[in-house]
Amino acid sequence: MKIVVCVKHVTDATADQKFEADNTVDRVNVDGLLSELDEYAVEQSLQLKEKNEDAEVVALCVGPEKAADAVRKALQMGADSGVHVSDEAIAGSDAIATAKVLAAAVNKMGGADVVVTGMASTDGAMSVVPAMLAELLDLPQVTFASVVESQGAEFRIKRDGDVATEIIGATAPLVLSVTDQSGEARYPSFKGIMAAKKKPVENWSLSDLGVDASEVGLGAAWTAVVETTARPARTAGEIVTDEGGSGAQALVNFLAGKKFI
Amino acid sequence: MTEILVLVDHVDGAVRKPAYELLAIAKRLGSPSAVFIGTADQVGAAAESLTKFGADKVYVVDDAAVKGYLVAPKAEVLAQLAQKAGAGAVLITSSAEGKEVAGRLAIKLQSGVITDAVDVQAGPVTTQSVFAGNYTVQAKVTKGTPIITVKPNAAAPEETAGAGAREDFVPTISDSARKARIVASQPRVASGRPELTEAAIVVSGGRGTGGNFEPVEQFADSLGAAVGASRAAVDSGWVPHAYQVGQTGKTVSPQLYVAAGISGAIQHRAGMQTSKTIVAVNKDEEAPLFELVDLGIVGDLHAVLPAATEAIVARKG
Repeated sequence: MKIVVCVKHVTDATADQKFEADNTVDRVNVDGLLSELDEYAVEQSLQLKEKNEDAEVVALCVGPEKAADAVRKALQMGADSGVHVSDEAIAGSDAIATAKVLAAAVNKMGGADVVVTGMASTDGAMSVVPAMLAELLDLPQVTFASVVESQGAEFRIKRDGDVATEIIGATAPLVLSVTDQSGEARYPSFKGIMAAKKKPVENWSLSDLGVDASEVGLGAAWTAVVETTARPARTAGEIVTDEGGSGAQALVNFLAGKKFI
Repeated sequence: MTEILVLVDHVDGAVRKPAYELLAIAKRLGSPSAVFIGTADQVGAAAESLTKFGADKVYVVDDAAVKGYLVAPKAEVLAQLAQKAGAGAVLITSSAEGKEVAGRLAIKLQSGVITDAVDVQAGPVTTQSVFAGNYTVQAKVTKGTPIITVKPNAAAPEETAGAGAREDFVPTISDSARKARIVASQPRVASGRPELTEAAIVVSGGRGTGGNFEPVEQFADSLGAAVGASRAAVDSGWVPHAYQVGQTGKTVSPQLYVAAGISGAIQHRAGMQTSKTIVAVNKDEEAPLFELVDLGIVGDLHAVLPAATEAIVARKG
């Protein structure tokens, strides 16, 4: 079983995220790391590997040079090898171009039995790339899995929707996305960290994938950001320390003053 | 006038409020055409209410070949309808499924997609809230038919009747769209409270509840509010995941958000920072959430909320 897990290097949500002059995300001056939500995808990939003989996990990443950190983290957790697609032309790509590059990379690997992703990136947070990958690779999508069960190529996942909880079934090859409810991601062990240094990582450019540079990047994006505005800081509100019921009184008065009651 | 397709979100024929909001937005962009995918016996009442809220046209798609499969068949329906109608835009509710339908549709139509719009104006120009609500972004689609997913509460439903012409549409669903099967479906138990993402008031509890959500729920009920939770409370198994507000749960933007016993990690703030009015109750005066509040109560929620609930109930007398 060949498992390809897509990992994204994102800007740290706890850092001061900002935009560049061309309205793209500043990925140079803001610290980055493997998207926390992709750690769950790596974890499920490793669990799949553990229950299937002759299984291998390839960590696939599209991103600038420093995105290699995300691949390394996946290798430290236990992935067998890495593929890092990096090309200056990719900068500023929208979700569709990203999905195209990922799909081309999966095809270059000779396809995959299972493509695993997180439920969203923690920076763009659109949650559309897994569905787009399924569309481009013409594979069934079993997405937003909070529970993953499989027996060989047969998969069953639990998907918690807005109005119902569903069980989705499909046969590999398929695209699987997992939520943060799917199971805690393991920490890299010391042994894992040492072993990762010897694991193979291939570096591919767009020409290796046969993707034309004109199909990706900011210029080829099918959407354009017109304007970005920092949200004005909220003005400091009133702070009341509760003493003998004064807190409840202040709360009720506030709600009444704002006509909520 | 150009048709603007609106994918109707409904449960067994009962149209959900966000669909009416999409019709109001569609009116700004062209002529609203509702796309109703359901069974024949559901159509009558749904078409009537969609017309009442502005649909000039209601496309009726029998769901026999669509239901039972995940996402892909709906994208095929919309792609075929958009091409047939020469649609000016496609609007979809910003749920997990809605965004996935939009993603697949974008590739089928070779068109740009924007997700999680909190406003859409003529153009169409969209507004999104990004980076945990710290930035507002305005964007537009530059290629093909704009596909936009819109968050609940982005517009008020408008009760201005449209022409409501009904048209049956028979899509062609491919075999490959029917590979991910819905094997079983368990409807969520109704709480009797407003829907989290649609509620005007949300009261959430966190680690500080210590697992006792009663004060949170009773306070919420006194205000007619929805109940939410932080990830810490969900991970502890105190409340279902459907309650979770934040990065990996629901994003809410109510008139009033009350956070009880929630410290305010960035992941939680990402889900509630754009609320109009924010109130926090927390024993820890250093809780980061106090930086965002209009009113902060430093105190024990187990004392403050029950007393406030009692006072509110008494006022309503």
